[in-house]
Amino acid sequence: MSDVNTARGVQRSLIGRLWRHKSARWAAAIILLLVVAAIFGPMLTSYTGSEQLDIVKLKNMPPSWHHPLGTDQYSRDLLTRVLLGARISLAVATLAVLMSMTVGTAYGLISGYAGGVVDSIMMRVLDGFLSIPRVLLLIAVLTLWNPVPLSGLIVLLGATGWFGVSRIVRTQTMTTRHVEFVDAARALGASDTRIVWRHLLPNIITPVIVTATLAVGNVIALEAGLSYLGVGAREPTPSWGSIFLDGVEFFAGNWWVVLFPGIAIVATVLAFNVLGDALRDVLDPRQLHGGPALPAGKPAPSSNANAPLTLGTDPIQNG
Amino acid sequence: MAEPLLRVHDLRTYFYTENGVAKSVDGVSFEIAAGETVGLVGESGCGKSVTALSLLRLVRPPGRIEPGSQILFDGRDIVTIDEKSMREIRGARMAMVFQEPMTALNPVFTVGNQIAEVVRVHHGGSKKEAWTRAVQMLEMVGIPSPEQRAHEYPHQLSGGMRQRVVIAMALVMNPALVIADEPTTALDVTIQAQILELLRDLQQRLGTSILLITHDLGVVAETVSRVIVMYGGEIVEEAPVEELFKQAHHPYTEGLLNAMPQVGHERERLATIPGSVPPPTDWPKACRFHDRCPYAWDRCSAEHPPLYQIGAGHVSRCHLADEPQRRADKHEPFVTKVMA
Repeated sequence: MSDVNTARGVQRSLIGRLWRHKSARWAAAIILLLVVAAIFGPMLTSYTGSEQLDIVKLKNMPPSWHHPLGTDQYSRDLLTRVLLGARISLAVATLAVLMSMTVGTAYGLISGYAGGVVDSIMMRVLDGFLSIPRVLLLIAVLTLWNPVPLSGLIVLLGATGWFGVSRIVRTQTMTTRHVEFVDAARALGASDTRIVWRHLLPNIITPVIVTATLAVGNVIALEAGLSYLGVGAREPTPSWGSIFLDGVEFFAGNWWVVLFPGIAIVATVLAFNVLGDALRDVLDPRQLHGGPALPAGKPAPSSNANAPLTLGTDPIQNG
Repeated sequence: MAEPLLRVHDLRTYFYTENGVAKSVDGVSFEIAAGETVGLVGESGCGKSVTALSLLRLVRPPGRIEPGSQILFDGRDIVTIDEKSMREIRGARMAMVFQEPMTALNPVFTVGNQIAEVVRVHHGGSKKEAWTRAVQMLEMVGIPSPEQRAHEYPHQLSGGMRQRVVIAMALVMNPALVIADEPTTALDVTIQAQILELLRDLQQRLGTSILLITHDLGVVAETVSRVIVMYGGEIVEEAPVEELFKQAHHPYTEGLLNAMPQVGHERERLATIPGSVPPPTDWPKACRFHDRCPYAWDRCSAEHPPLYQIGAGHVSRCHLADEPQRRADKHEPFVTKVMA
């Protein structure tokens, strides 16, 4: 009787379904491991990421017992730096995606719910935004704003990442607002605000969650790429991209400085993409709620193309 | 009788489309007394659903209720009051039961939560009180073990159960008028009977007025005391239910009655009314039914018939009331009756 909370039931079945999805289980485990490593890892190593241990004796050391991932050309412990990099990459990507999803969802909801002239204007504006190549814009802005603080990087990545999701949300809103339960809610006295919050948002959030998960992976790769190009996180801040950049100079001598952040990037991006795909299957409203009440919640395949990163900023391919 | 609960006067709801102005509801007037059950009958496209939406002022652009229309409810004019007052009426004083129980419930919330939501919109109060009320309502509409059912999602319930939930949502605030728009059309025949029984029972217990919208005269016969027949955006006949079935006056009503399947008739194919409802952008001149009417004569395409008084509480928009001998001339009005 006391459990008026509805989210709980949905969550329970969601976790169960994800668990039964084999590749999602792996992806979720990797992401969980990364998050734990990012939070606690740097506390457990005996070095700080920027400490130069012994520039003469300990530079460019291959992996060993004391330095499991080796050291770089400034004699810094690479394991510590990769763990700190995880912190930065995950934090930047998560916050940027949170920002772009919030902005994109709000924009799409307003546009789709208002309809008419408001919708037309908002969509033409969006078309304008979508025609700007994201990576070039970021490089240009970051070149002028250099060095950029991490908060600035988050805002820039967030502000350029919401276009695709707002389109998806708008389309979903337009189909959902003509489903009878929205009329029914209005006929029983619900206000516009209540209809949007309670009846539209929960029913359109599924593709947003999927898009967000995929976007985290993409933003991590994008941020690494920008850092690699020297316009993202800057020394001594160890983002995976900037560590990678350090290593490339001496690639022939110390392959480990390139290899380990590279593996971290690939594993993380892969995990988020796999998880995103799995969520798309699992969150399909027809599976979750049964019945043909809603049009399919899957974003169109092209939606990923709208989401971040299409240019060759993937450091592994470039390096 | 004192002031009726609802008095609709000259309601006109037009849609401004690219193909012209669709006069979906074109000068409709009727009344519903407190505690009365009225049926609104007609084919698809005759304007009955738009009438219902107009009563709750839920008509969306490009549709609008024309100035000069009046919908007096509780002594207030629905057409002109502000949106906030309108929201207070919707769900609390006047509620609606929708046709499709599959889509009339939000799939992401439990049914108990959705009923409680209506209470909280209008009453505020604690979640717990609202939930208790929701469970009571589920019990009232005949859902077994309501406390458990309240925790279930719409997709876990059958169509009939869902329609009971929709009815519970409409009745939870004990409204004075419930508009039921084809509440049984989407259901199996046996379930239809149960839902109608439920509506009748609740109407008697709560004293709610019901406006039952349907294309099915069978549904009307069992449920309501008075019937309004619409055609072409107008009321064409209005009568107490027994009288309508015994001696319908308007040829359109006659056609609807003939089109009903009847047990024990050796007729192998059902009679139909020839033709179809004309588009609302282009009603026929004069009598809107004349091009489908078996009795039509020159007057019918020249002069728009008024509502003629036929008997007590019985009116009909047909010139036959003026010239009854013309009906006698034709014995078998709907010749589409086919013997195989």
